[in-house]
Amino acid sequence: MNLVFVLLLVAALVAGAIKGDVRAVGQGAFDGAAQAVTLSIGLVGVMALWLGLLRIAEKAGLVEKIARAARPIFRPLFPGVPDGHPAISAMLLNIAANMLGLGNAATPFGIKAMEELEKLNPTPGTATNAQVLFLAINTASIQLVPTTVIALRASAHSSDAAVILLPTLGATACALVMAITVAKLLERVWK
Amino acid sequence: MIKLVVETASGWILALLIVGIPLYGLLKGVKVYEVFVEGAKEGFSVALRIIPFLVAILAAVGAFRSAGAMDALASVLAPLTTRIGLPPEVLPIALVRPFSGSGSLGLLGNVFATPGLGPDSYAGRLGSILQGSTETTFYVLSVYCGSVGIVRYRHALAAGLAADATGLAASMVIARLLWG
Repeated sequence: MNLVFVLLLVAALVAGAIKGDVRAVGQGAFDGAAQAVTLSIGLVGVMALWLGLLRIAEKAGLVEKIARAARPIFRPLFPGVPDGHPAISAMLLNIAANMLGLGNAATPFGIKAMEELEKLNPTPGTATNAQVLFLAINTASIQLVPTTVIALRASAHSSDAAVILLPTLGATACALVMAITVAKLLERVWK
Repeated sequence: MIKLVVETASGWILALLIVGIPLYGLLKGVKVYEVFVEGAKEGFSVALRIIPFLVAILAAVGAFRSAGAMDALASVLAPLTTRIGLPPEVLPIALVRPFSGSGSLGLLGNVFATPGLGPDSYAGRLGSILQGSTETTFYVLSVYCGSVGIVRYRHALAAGLAADATGLAASMVIARLLWG
């Protein structure tokens, strides 16, 4: 991340200098910073709603039940997470919400999953194998039906807006397999 | 048709979760209101914890795009990527996608609105598959790692970008097989 961060900024300066518009560098950075706050604060409401609901589910024993049911799928992928751990149900809920395209529920569940996984983290500040794998799965866009894209195609008067459905699913599956493979292969190497 | 089914199903699942969880809790003897409020309190602090992480990445990306570096990169890469079957109109979508979901969606909208291209053109379909099979990797990592204060991502970024690259490659192969 250190390298990416500096690379983006230096490239911005170089491009701005060549174009003769260095002011755009500062302006772009300010706009980005402001946008970050808008996005974060915009999350507060849904986040509070789902975290409240999750707390009820936890107290009612629902979270543990889900975690036990999901055990067979998650055990081989996340060997470091104990059976029945709340991280498992949070991850399952996050993945299910992502698949269904429920973006505003997926993020709070995902954050909850990261918090639960962090409780198992012996080195705070550094991601564990389980956290990396969970993040990798989340960067593979596992939505079953790309509703946003289909809606955009329909509004642009596509003759067949949903024609991309299966192709997208195929490409997503490839991306998911790659994400899991890289996460698993590099976990011993990249400490 | 598919869109309607999915939207109806999603709507029902959401509604059943929001109503069902408190109902189930009440039947299990949980003091649902008190417990809800206690859990919801965390919402604000989580959002606050994410802010510095998002500011870092969005400020850097904002400077990069606004200074024209993204466009410059696209024009440098275009001759190469066109040769391997990636139309020059789709390349910017692939470059912006890991950083900004709304940004790449806007670029896809441009392709749809361009006379001679449109949603049913090769570029329009390829761009659609690409947008749907890749993710805003930098945003996802910033939000999820930020929420628990993780600053060393280890190989998470490599895995995420490999997934995006694979989504792009698979989109190109599939689009060519179907419509090429």
